[in-house]
Amino acid sequence: MTRPWSYRGISHGMIVVALLAVPIQAAAQPSSAAACSGCHAPVNDGPVPGLIGRPAGEIVTAMAAFRAGERTATVMDRIAKGYSDEEINAIAQWYAAQGQPAGNP
Amino acid sequence: MPSRSGTRRKASRRAILKSALAGIATLAAPPVLGQAKAHVIVIGGGFAGATCARRLKAADGTIAVTLVEPNARFTACPFSNAVIAGLRPIEAQYFGYDGVKQAGVDIAGQIVVAIEAEARQVHFADGARLDYQRLVLAPGIDIRFDALPGYDQTAAEIMPHAWKAGAQTLLLRRQLEAMADGGVVVLSAPANPFRCPPGPYERASLIAYYLKTKKPRSKLILLDAKDTFSKQRLFEAAWKTLYPGLIEWVPLSGGGRVIEIDAKTRTLVTEFGSHLADVANVIPPQRAGAVAIAAGVADQTGWCPIDPHTFESKLVPNIHVIGDAAIAGAMPKSAFAANAQAKVCADMIASLIRGEDPREVKLINTCYSLVAPDYGISVAGVYAPRDGLLTEIKEAGGVSPLEAPAAQREAEATYAQAWFQTITREVFG
Ligand SMILES: Cc1cc2nc3c(=O)[nH]c(=O)nc-3n(C[C@H](O)[C@H](O)[C@H](O)COP(=O)(O)OP(=O)(O)OC[C@H]3O[C@@H](n4cnc5c(N)ncnc54)[C@H](O)[C@@H]3O)c2cc1C
Repeated sequence: MTRPWSYRGISHGMIVVALLAVPIQAAAQPSSAAACSGCHAPVNDGPVPGLIGRPAGEIVTAMAAFRAGERTATVMDRIAKGYSDEEINAIAQWYAAQGQPAGNP
Repeated sequence: MPSRSGTRRKASRRAILKSALAGIATLAAPPVLGQAKAHVIVIGGGFAGATCARRLKAADGTIAVTLVEPNARFTACPFSNAVIAGLRPIEAQYFGYDGVKQAGVDIAGQIVVAIEAEARQVHFADGARLDYQRLVLAPGIDIRFDALPGYDQTAAEIMPHAWKAGAQTLLLRRQLEAMADGGVVVLSAPANPFRCPPGPYERASLIAYYLKTKKPRSKLILLDAKDTFSKQRLFEAAWKTLYPGLIEWVPLSGGGRVIEIDAKTRTLVTEFGSHLADVANVIPPQRAGAVAIAAGVADQTGWCPIDPHTFESKLVPNIHVIGDAAIAGAMPKSAFAANAQAKVCADMIASLIRGEDPREVKLINTCYSLVAPDYGISVAGVYAPRDGLLTEIKEAGGVSPLEAPAAQREAEATYAQAWFQTITREVFG
C-alpha cells in the first residue's frame, strides 16, 4: 500500500506518528481536518486564507492564538477551542505536506 | 407550471416506493454478476451524497462508487433565501455533476425505489438492480404532507414551503413581487428538528429587507412552533435596528403554533386564532427522504439513528446515513454538517472495506445567516462521538458576539458568500 503523504507527515514529527497509527491512503485528509476544507479552499483566492502548503508552524501558531482569544476572528476563535495540540499539529503537518498552494505567490 | 410537474413526480415516486416495498417479499432472488472489487452505492447527490462519493474515490481509488441521483442539475438551498428576496438569481444555485463524474464516480440518473438490505441490493425505478458492499443514504428531507391538516401538495402551490430549492423558491419570489405594498406576509416555522435551524429566521430577515426597500408599508408575521430559536438574540437585536416594527415573531407560548391550513383563503390557523396572509410561506414538519423510510433505517421519529463514528445505521447493517436524514446528535441539519459528515463517513467506509478499525473523528459545523445583504451572523460548533451520539464540545463553538462593529457583520456576510463558493466547488466543482 502506498501512502506517501503519511510517510511525509511522519518525517515531520512524533505527534503525527501517534495520530496516524491507522494508515490512510494517498491524498486522503486526516479525518480531524475533514471539515476545514468546507471553508478553506484549495485555491487561495478568497477572503478565507488557503491552508494547503502553508508551513505547519504558521498554522499551529495561528490556532494557538485563536484558541487563546489573542487573534481577531469571526469563527476561528470558536472553532479552535475544540481542538487539542495534538490534533492541531496533525492537521498542520498534513496541510504543510500538500505542496504549493494554487494562486499563492 | 414547472412546480406542479415537480410535485406530481414526487407523488408518483412515493407510490412506486410503496408498491416496490410490498413486492419485495415475493421477489425471487435475481441473478446478479458477482463484483470482484468493493462497490459502494451512494443515494442522493446533494451536499452529503456528492461529497461522500468523491471522497470515497479519493480515499481509495480501487473502490467502485456509484452515485444515484435522478436530477441532472442540483439546486442548492443555502442562499436560496437571497433568491426569494430578489438579491440573487436562481441560476447561482444550480450545480451539475460533471466534476463528480470526472472524479471517477459513476452516476446513475435514477431514483432508488427499494433496498434489499439482506441481499445488499438496490432496485431502480426502471427495474434494474445493483449490488453493493456498503450503501450510503443521503436523500435529504421530505416534507411531511400528512402532518399539518390542510397542508398537502396542492396547498403548497398556493402557500409554498420553499424548503426544497427550485420551483418552490421561485414561486415564493413571484408571490412577493406580485404583492401590493401594505400586504401581510406570514411565515410559519416548525418544531425541532428540521432542516437548517436558523433558516426560517434568515428568510424572515431577507424578506423584511425586500419589504423595507421595495414595499415599506408591508408587514411580516412569523408564527413559530417554538419558544426559542437558533441565534435568537442576534436575530432579534438586528431586527430591532434594521427592521423596526416590520417583523412580528409569535412564539409557541404566544399562540404561534400553526395547527391547520386553509389554502383557499390563505389562512394559517393557530391555537389562539387565525392569520389571513397576502403571501404565506409554510415551513412544515419534515422527515428523512422516503428512500430512508423504505430502507428501514428511519425510526419512529422519521429520522435515522446512526453510529457517530461510522455513520452506519443503528437499525440496518452496511447502510450508512449522512446529511439531513441522519440523527446526528447535536449537529444541526446543515449543508456544512452534511459535507463534513460525508467526508468522515467516506474515510470510515474506506477503512472498514480495508478491514481496519474506525479512527477517532471530530466534526465542525458553521452556519452563516444573512440578516441583510451586508450583515452576517454565524453559529459554529465542534463535535465528537460521546455515549453513542455526536456531542458538542463544550469549550468550543457558539454564536457571533451580540455587540460587534458593522465591519464584523460585513465580514461575516463576506465569509458566508466565500463559504458557499468553497463548499460548492468542493462538492460539485
Ligand atoms: C432556505 C434554506 C437555507 C439554507 N441555508 C443553509 C446555509 O446557509 N448553510 C448551511 O450549511 N445549510 C443551509 N441549509 C440546509 C442545507 O440545504 C441542507 O442541510 C443540505 O442540503 C443537506 O444536504 P443533504 O445532502 O442531506 O440533502 P440534499 O442537499 O437535499 O440532497 C439530497 C439529494 O438526494 C436526492 N434523492 C432523494 N431521494 C432519492 C432517491 N430515492 N434516489 C436518488 N436520489 C434521491 C435528491 O434529489 C437530492 O439531490 C439551508 C436550507 C434551506 C431550506
